[in-house]
This record gives sequence, structure tokens and C-alpha cells, in this order.
Amino acid sequence: MSNAILVVGGGFAGLTAAIEAAELGHEVYLVEKRPWLGGRVAQLTKYFPKLCPPSCGLEIQFQRIRKNPAIKCFTMAQLVGLSGKKGDYTARVRLNPRHTAPHNVDFSLLASTLEGTAPSEFELGLGCRKALYKSMPFAWPARWVLDPATLSRSDAARVAGNKYLDIGEEAREIELNVGAIIVATGWQPYDMRNLANLGAGGIPNCISNMQMERLASPFGPTGGVIRRPTDGKTPTSVAFVQCAGSRDQNHLGYCSYICCMATFKQCLYLTEQNPAVQITVFYIDLRAPGRYVNVLEKVQALPNVRFIKGKVAEAQAADGNVRLLAEDAIAGRKLDLEFELAVLATGMQPSLADGNLPLPIPLDMDGFVAGGEEAGIFTAGCARMPLDVSRSAQSGTAAALKAAQTVKGR
Amino acid sequence: MAGKIGVYFDLANIGGLDAATLAKGVEEKWGKLTPVVKSVPVLAESVQQISDDIIEHALDGVLLCGASPRVDADLYRFKNADGKAIQVGHVNLREQCVLCYRNPDNTPADPGNPPNLLTLMARDYVNMGIVRLQKTEYGEPAIVEGVKRILVIGGGWTGMHAAREASTSGYEVVLVEKTGRLGGAVNNIPVASPLCSPWTDKEPVKLPERIKELCADSKITVLLNTTVADLAGEPGRFMARITGQDGTREYEVGAVVLAAGWTPLSEKFLAPMGLGKSPAIVHAGQFAKMLIDGTVQARRIAFVLDTTLAEQAFASEADAPEKAVAAAEAAGEDAQSDGENMDKPFVKEDLESIRHLKYSNVVNSVGMLRQANIICDRTNDATQAFIIYKNMAIPGILERFYKKMQNRLGIMMTKADVTDISDHGDRVVVTCKNTLLGMDFDLDVDLVVLPCGIVPVTAKDLTVNFAYRQGPDFPDLELFDGFADSNYICFPYETRRTGVYAAGCVRQPMTLDGCEEDACGAVLKAIQCIEAGDHGVAVAPRSGDMSYPQFNFVRCTQCKRCTVECPFGALDDDEKGTPKPNPSRCRRCGTCFGACPERVISFADYSIDQISSMIREVEVPKDFKKGGPRILILACENDAYPALDMAALRHRTWSPYCRIIPVRCLGSVNAIWISDAMSKGFDGVLLLGCKYGDDYQCHFIKGSEICNLRRDNIAETLNRLGVQPERVEQLEIAIDEYDAIPDLIDGFVARITAMGPNPFKGM
Repeated sequence: MSNAILVVGGGFAGLTAAIEAAELGHEVYLVEKRPWLGGRVAQLTKYFPKLCPPSCGLEIQFQRIRKNPAIKCFTMAQLVGLSGKKGDYTARVRLNPRHTAPHNVDFSLLASTLEGTAPSEFELGLGCRKALYKSMPFAWPARWVLDPATLSRSDAARVAGNKYLDIGEEAREIELNVGAIIVATGWQPYDMRNLANLGAGGIPNCISNMQMERLASPFGPTGGVIRRPTDGKTPTSVAFVQCAGSRDQNHLGYCSYICCMATFKQCLYLTEQNPAVQITVFYIDLRAPGRYVNVLEKVQALPNVRFIKGKVAEAQAADGNVRLLAEDAIAGRKLDLEFELAVLATGMQPSLADGNLPLPIPLDMDGFVAGGEEAGIFTAGCARMPLDVSRSAQSGTAAALKAAQTVKGR
Repeated sequence: MAGKIGVYFDLANIGGLDAATLAKGVEEKWGKLTPVVKSVPVLAESVQQISDDIIEHALDGVLLCGASPRVDADLYRFKNADGKAIQVGHVNLREQCVLCYRNPDNTPADPGNPPNLLTLMARDYVNMGIVRLQKTEYGEPAIVEGVKRILVIGGGWTGMHAAREASTSGYEVVLVEKTGRLGGAVNNIPVASPLCSPWTDKEPVKLPERIKELCADSKITVLLNTTVADLAGEPGRFMARITGQDGTREYEVGAVVLAAGWTPLSEKFLAPMGLGKSPAIVHAGQFAKMLIDGTVQARRIAFVLDTTLAEQAFASEADAPEKAVAAAEAAGEDAQSDGENMDKPFVKEDLESIRHLKYSNVVNSVGMLRQANIICDRTNDATQAFIIYKNMAIPGILERFYKKMQNRLGIMMTKADVTDISDHGDRVVVTCKNTLLGMDFDLDVDLVVLPCGIVPVTAKDLTVNFAYRQGPDFPDLELFDGFADSNYICFPYETRRTGVYAAGCVRQPMTLDGCEEDACGAVLKAIQCIEAGDHGVAVAPRSGDMSYPQFNFVRCTQCKRCTVECPFGALDDDEKGTPKPNPSRCRRCGTCFGACPERVISFADYSIDQISSMIREVEVPKDFKKGGPRILILACENDAYPALDMAALRHRTWSPYCRIIPVRCLGSVNAIWISDAMSKGFDGVLLLGCKYGDDYQCHFIKGSEICNLRRDNIAETLNRLGVQPERVEQLEIAIDEYDAIPDLIDGFVARITAMGPNPFKGM
């Protein structure tokens, strides 16, 4: 029997659940498959509605982790097996090799001398990384990663013999005895390649909303200046295509909760950088839950933003620009418009939709977790339903209580 | 107080510095205080060695000179021979000394031959680190043995869930409900919108069963027809006075879950949509009762979600609260009003407004679908329900419910701008424009159902009625239109009244599934808060911090500034005005000691004297021209300090004349530090803090804003000293502004350089 709690996923919901449970006095293991904690929010430039930087809250969360020996974080780690029962599970966790020393070393100078590059998963195709990399300045753990596959031959010579690197490090497995589990595996942006009518991700200057976050980010590929990927031009006309995949039976049969708000926020990014930018938002419904309507009203009051109710039927490449064929549902007419940049408000797909997590929990048709409580397995955040950051934090806190109740007194 | 400190230089992280010279300097200057001074090749690999040294030399503190404390601090937890944790200090020589360094002529340092200025900077930082540790006391925690009982205010859906969750967690509950029955708004909701996967089906709420369970729970005391007269004390041992028909009784409770819920928006706001003009125009609350009573006769019902008519009619009024706030700000009474008006009788401002109608968009959209579904169920779709919306606000997974309702025979939905609702005797006409049907039309119906506005109880009533020095209400409610919400996206349960956690519609408008989850979250925070008091540690954001403000009352002049400025209302006072600390209300930001002109407040590990001593450790060259100016930077440790680290790691550099000291919050900056810096010969002081204003980012609510307000006092002090007030500046820095920080610092240094030396220099 164990009164430890396993949290799978170190995004905002998982972080919150882990920290809240640990601050209640429980031993917590946090397992994150990526090299750093923070999940999707680490990629965001600002949060709505306050337009504050996500790293501000993450810094506090990381401080709480640093100060609390009850939380043990495993990054580049995956849950590969589970046996036992509620109150007494044995979780097998695979620790993938980081190939760097288990403490902080500033590899920035060495990294800058390396040649080999690979597309950066973190930058969502908008940038490359070296073989030695740390994707965000606020990364926790504050440790770099070496990806041997990206080393060029001369790179290999450069890193050879570095006492803080271990190219031969191998994956290993550990076993953790836990009494309850919190699943916080989060979401991934819906793959644009599935959206054939919107260019299947192949139209230059037709990007996703998450890519827009990277373009606006001070540590993103453009240093925070929003420029078109193809020619670096500051766009003067931008279209937002809402519900790109969401609320569509052929793609995601639900609303992704955050895309409307994300678009309003991105209208503010664009307008702040270039007040003359002309923005058009194509939408089905403008969903600004609760007090978020204040953000919607702020954007609606901008003279450079217009809203058109109607779906975009097709997107085409048009000589560097993006041509959109859309309907204006109210005026009842077809529109054929060209924009210098188009942003697809792609939705959230639960990470479990295409992955196998070895947990005895049911998933629904879209890959959201649909139960598990009887087995002492609780789900937090977007693994359960699409949510914004605040609701994810609420959900992580609630899951921590349920897990704590499960292991209490054991 | 550390009396034997081991000092370790991490050679792996301080390349470019001459560690041997630094070590020698430490030995010569500090002697017996630092019996162990070592340079180690890789600090992270020397943990065992340090542990051995601690035992062998009976060290009671270690100072680690290398990378920022933010990177590997978790590796360095040390205990002495008795198994007691010992103080660990860090000197940030990598980020904030070596990496950020550049020569005054903007050239980089020669790594093989450290420039003198770099060595001076490192030496200053090491000496500051030593004196900081030396002045760090081992305090005893302020333990508040908690009562394992939670007060739940409100017996609606959220409150009932909170009570059961707390009980399941092993806690007793006192549940206070102001009406005569439990269930709150759910009494009008026999069948709920979906509450669980697959999120497509209506859900029976089973209220009677739930009430029975709750009342049978021996840990839960249900008090109907009661209200909270007031709440005194502090988390762990609050005293709640509960008033009912039989008088007032006292209950000792450890924490509070505020689930007081909401009241419907005044009907006057719905008059522009026709409410009151005809019995055939009702609002959703009235319709709910008709559903329960089985009195719905109508066969054509319009559910109108577009609230533009009401909003336009009250547009000017909707802006009014903002104007009032703006006016208050203009009068300069905003930031400190929490405290300064404390002696005036408290008048609760009514924050109800038309805006609450818009904020209820999701609850109304989901609720009207639910009601339309019920009536169609009952009549086998013989009833025609028209749902007329501007934006169907059903975000997230409930889209599945919406989709299912779209396919329901009896339900017809259309987008429209509703421009008029009028009674024509036998029917009501809803005028619809800009519809998706390509035309405007008049909809003839037997009944019109209008939306409800959720007005949080806290917008109108005191509800908790704090018996606190700073007044009975939650501060800043107007920022959230009366909702008892948190300002922090990342920390939804953080309020300015420690130990009181809001959940459900009193915090935000939410549907029942959200209320259930919120109840769990708030209960967790309530339990955590009681447990924290038991261990004498702080709750978030400085979770686990054992220090707390201690007062030397002998020197207190009862000026009340600390009680006024505490962002959390942690300090009460007695008749004479002597502050009465409540350690478990305190979040350990240090704003009180920043406020104190007599400097009678200190933490064991953070004190006025400690920082003053650090400032005095800096070697300020007598000759401004030859040695350059010296600038003191007091940086908020939560945002500005990490931003400085990140700037350095991104290879940004800044003036080598700066010395940075992290502070808990700018609110903790005491004016004496600035006079100390000036006396010492510093030429300028730069305060780096968080953004303030309505969307403040300060983790302690008001710290950076209060610090800015205090600059008048500082200017006065400086004038008295004969120093130009322009030598002190405060800048607002967000944590992601790392690329801007170096230029901001350099700009300040340039302004100071142009002003010339501080007149005190060399005196």
C-alpha cells in the first residue's frame, strides 16, 4: 500500500495537481514526457484576459517545486506499465536519456558552435534547434538536452569528450509504488494536415493559432515580432479562421473552448505591434465565457478588426498571400478575399486520442478520459475536456483532493 | 544566525573569475566566520563533500557561489549532525556577475584575465552573501494548531458538494444556509445539463437523495436560516459567529469555503426586453418554477438569448461603475483606500449591474437548452421551442449536448438580433433581424423566456463580514464586478483573505459541473491552509515558508502603517493601535516591514538589518570618475530577478556598476535601505518590480504599487539628506521582458552618470 500520488503530465493541470497534493503533505511523482515542465502554456506568449506572461505563474510553480522535497519530477519520462490496484499500484516509468549531466550546465556557447539542426517541435515547424538545446529561457528543470541524432559529424567531434555529456546514456526503467493516479496528459493542436479544404498545412503564410503564439513570443523564432514566415514581412491584413477543425463532425466533434479567446488575444498582439493592421475574423459563434466578454468587447471596439459570421470553405495559396473563400452567413453571400497572413484557430485534441497510455481508464470517441475514479485514477485538465488555463488549474486542484482522499490513511 | 559558514566556489560555473583570489579574500576578511572556503570543480558533484564538511567543522550555514539559486537549488539541501536543516545561501556569480558583465567601454571581459571591475563585483556579491547568511536567524515556526473543521457558507450545489468533500477528507463541517432549505438554485433545476461523460444527456440532480446523505453525515452540521454575523481570528482558528432564529452562536473553524452563490439580476434590467409587460414574458427563473409546477401551457415558446435590448437601455449605467472607479483613482485614494478609510463606518457598495447579464452567457445558453429540452420531453416535441441567440455560448465539451439538441424535433435555433419583444394580447411578437435565414421576421409565440443574470451574493452583501482591521469586505471586489474571484489566472483560489476560498457562482458564473469541481478545489485549499497552520508554514505563493513577521513592540509608535498596507489584512490592532499579528493570515511578503518607519518588524531570515548590512558590504569607490558610479538594484525575486537571470543567459550584458539584491516583493522595500545606500555612497537606486494597476502581476497584490506610492516619503528623506530624488527610480518589469531589461538598466546608469556623484560619496 502506498499513499504516494502519481501525476502523469507536467502541463499546467498536472503541475497544479502535483504541487497542491504535495503541499497537502503527500509524496508526489510527476512524470512528464517532454524535457521540461509547463506543457502547452510554456509555448504561449500571453494569457487572456490579462495579457500576462505564462512564465510568471510557471516561475512560482517551479519555486514551489524547488522548495518541496515531497515532489519528485521525472522529465523525458513515460508511463509504460501499471499493475496492482487502487491504493497499491506499481507504475513502471521509462526514463529516456537526456545525455546531459544531472545538474545545470550552461551549454549555450557549445550549442552555438554546432552545425546540425532539426525542426524544433517546440517552435511548431517555425524554427530549428541544434543537437544541444533548451527550448525556453525559463525551462525547468533548467537543463539542456542532447539529441545525438542531430549531431553532424563535426558536431560529434566537438561534443566528444565533454565531461557533462554522455552520448552513450541509455534509457532505463524505474518502478514507483503509488496509491492514486492523476492523469493530466493534456492536448495537442489539431493537426492542420487533416484540414484538406484549408490547405492541409501546406499553404505558406497560413499558420495555426499556436504558431502565432510562437511568432509573438519574445523567445520565439522572430524574437516576438510578428512576421510572415515566408518573407518576414509585417502583415497588413490578417484573417482568423475560427473553428478550424472544431465543432465539425469530420474533425473534432466539440468546441475547443479557448480558440475564440485566443483569437481575441492575438488580435490585440497584432494591433499592438501594428495599429494599422486590418484583421478579419470568420466565426460561427463568438464564445467569450463569463467575464471574458470584456475582452471580446475590447476587441470589437477596435476600428481595425471586423467580424464576419460564416465558415471559411476553402483556403488557397495566392502568390505569397492566402486566398479565402468564405460565406457571410448574415448577408447571405459568398466572399473571396485575400490576406497577407491567415491564422487557423485550430482546436485541441486530447493527447490520448492517438497515444496508448497503459491505464485502465475508458476514453470517449474523441479520446477524452471518461471515467476511472473507481480505480483511484482521476483526470485533470484538457485530458478530460477542453479548458482554459484557469479552469485547468481549478481542475488540477480538484483532482488533487480526490487523489488525496483515495490515499488518505493508508 | 549562522556563525560558521562554509563557502564554496563552483569552478564549473564561474569561468572567467579568479576563484583563488576570491577565496583568499574571504579568508582574510571573514576569518573564523568562514572556517571552510573551497573551490570545487563541479559543485553539483560535491554535495557529499559539503555534507562531510558540515559535520566535520560543525558548519551552520553554507554559501554556494556559482549559478543562480533558481537553477539547481533542489540539489542542495543539507543537514547538520543533529539532522536539522541548515541555512543554504547562494551567490549568483554566473548569471548576475560573469555572464552579464561587460567593460565600461562595452567590450567583453577577457576570460583569461578577469578585469578588476569584474573581480570587485564578484567580491561584493560574495561578501553580501556571507553577511546575508550571517544575519539569517533560525526562527521557530508560528504554529497555529488548526481546528479540523471547515465553515461552508451556502447550502446550494457548490456548498453541498464542498461539505461532502470535506467530510470525506476527514474534516468536520459547519454548513450555513441563509434560507430554510438546502439546494439553492438547484431547487429550480430538477434535471440538469450534462454533468459527466459523454456530455450529451440531461442528468437528474437527485436533490432529495443528496440532501438526505448530507444531513445523515455525522461530520456535517447543517444550520438553516442562519447567516454569518462575523468572522474573526485567523486560519486554523477562526471564530465564526452564526446568527439564526435562536440567536447567535460561536463556532471555531479552521478555514472557510465561500459558496454563497448568487441572486438573480434585478428584474428592472430585463424590462427593456418586455419583462413585466405581459404574463407571457417571463425570465428563466420564473419559467423554471412553471416547469416544476407543471403550469406551462404554451406550445410556442421563444427563448431569447440575445440581450442587446437590455444592454443598450442600460449602456450608460453599465459604464458608470468604471467611471466611479476612475474618479476614485484620480482622487488618489485607490491603492491605500483599503486601509485609510478604516475608521469611517463601512458602507457596502452595490455592484450589481447590467454587465452581470452578459457574464451569465454560458449559464443562460446551457440553461435555456436544458429548459427547452425538458419541455420538449414532456410534450413529445409537440411544443415548439425557438432559441434565438446572438452567440451560442456553449464552450467546450458541452457542444455535444448542443449538437444533440440541434437534432431535437421540437427545438429550433436561429441566430438573430432581437430588436423588439411586444405583447399583442393573444401572442407575443419577437422581432428578429439579421437572421441566418436570409430575411428578417417576426416570431409569434405564446411565451417568451428571458435569460437570468447571475449576480454574486458578494456584489450586494458582506456575506463573510470579516472582523478585521481593514474592514468587513473582500478588497478589490469591483475589479471582478462583485465576484469573489482571484486576480490570478494561474491561481484561481488565491484571494486577499487567507483561509477563505470561494467556489461556485460566487466566484464566476458556472454550470453545475463546474460548481462540483470548484467545490473540490476550494476544499483542498481550505484543508491545505489548516495543515499549513499546523506546521507553522505559509500557504502559496511562499508555500512552506516558516518565517513570519515578528514585532519589537517596545519601539512601535502605533503609526498603523503596517496594518493599513498589508495586502492581506493580516494585522489587526488593539485600542491603542498596537498591531496584532495573525501569522496564519500572513503570506510573508514583507510589505509590513517595508511600511514600518521605526523598523520594528523582521523575519528570522529576512530583515531590515540584513539587507542594510548587505548594502554596506559593497565597496563603493571614493572617486566617481576613476572607479565609476555604483547603482543598487532592488529586484523583485519573483519576476524581475528571474528576468535578469534570463537576460544574462541570453548573453545580454549591462553596466558593471550595478549591484543587485533580490527582495521578496517591492512592498518590502523600506526607505531606510535607500538612505543606507546613499550614506554608503551609492549614486542611484533602481527598484525593479511587477506591473501594477487593474491587471496587476504582483504576486502580493499591491507590493509594487505601494512601493511606488511610498516614493513621496523616500523623496522627502532624500531631500532631507540633500540628495536629488531622481536618484531613485522604480520600473515595472514583466518576467518575459528579459530582452528589454539591460537597456532599462543602462539608461538609468547613464542618467545617474550624467548627474554626477552622490554628494555623500566618501563621507
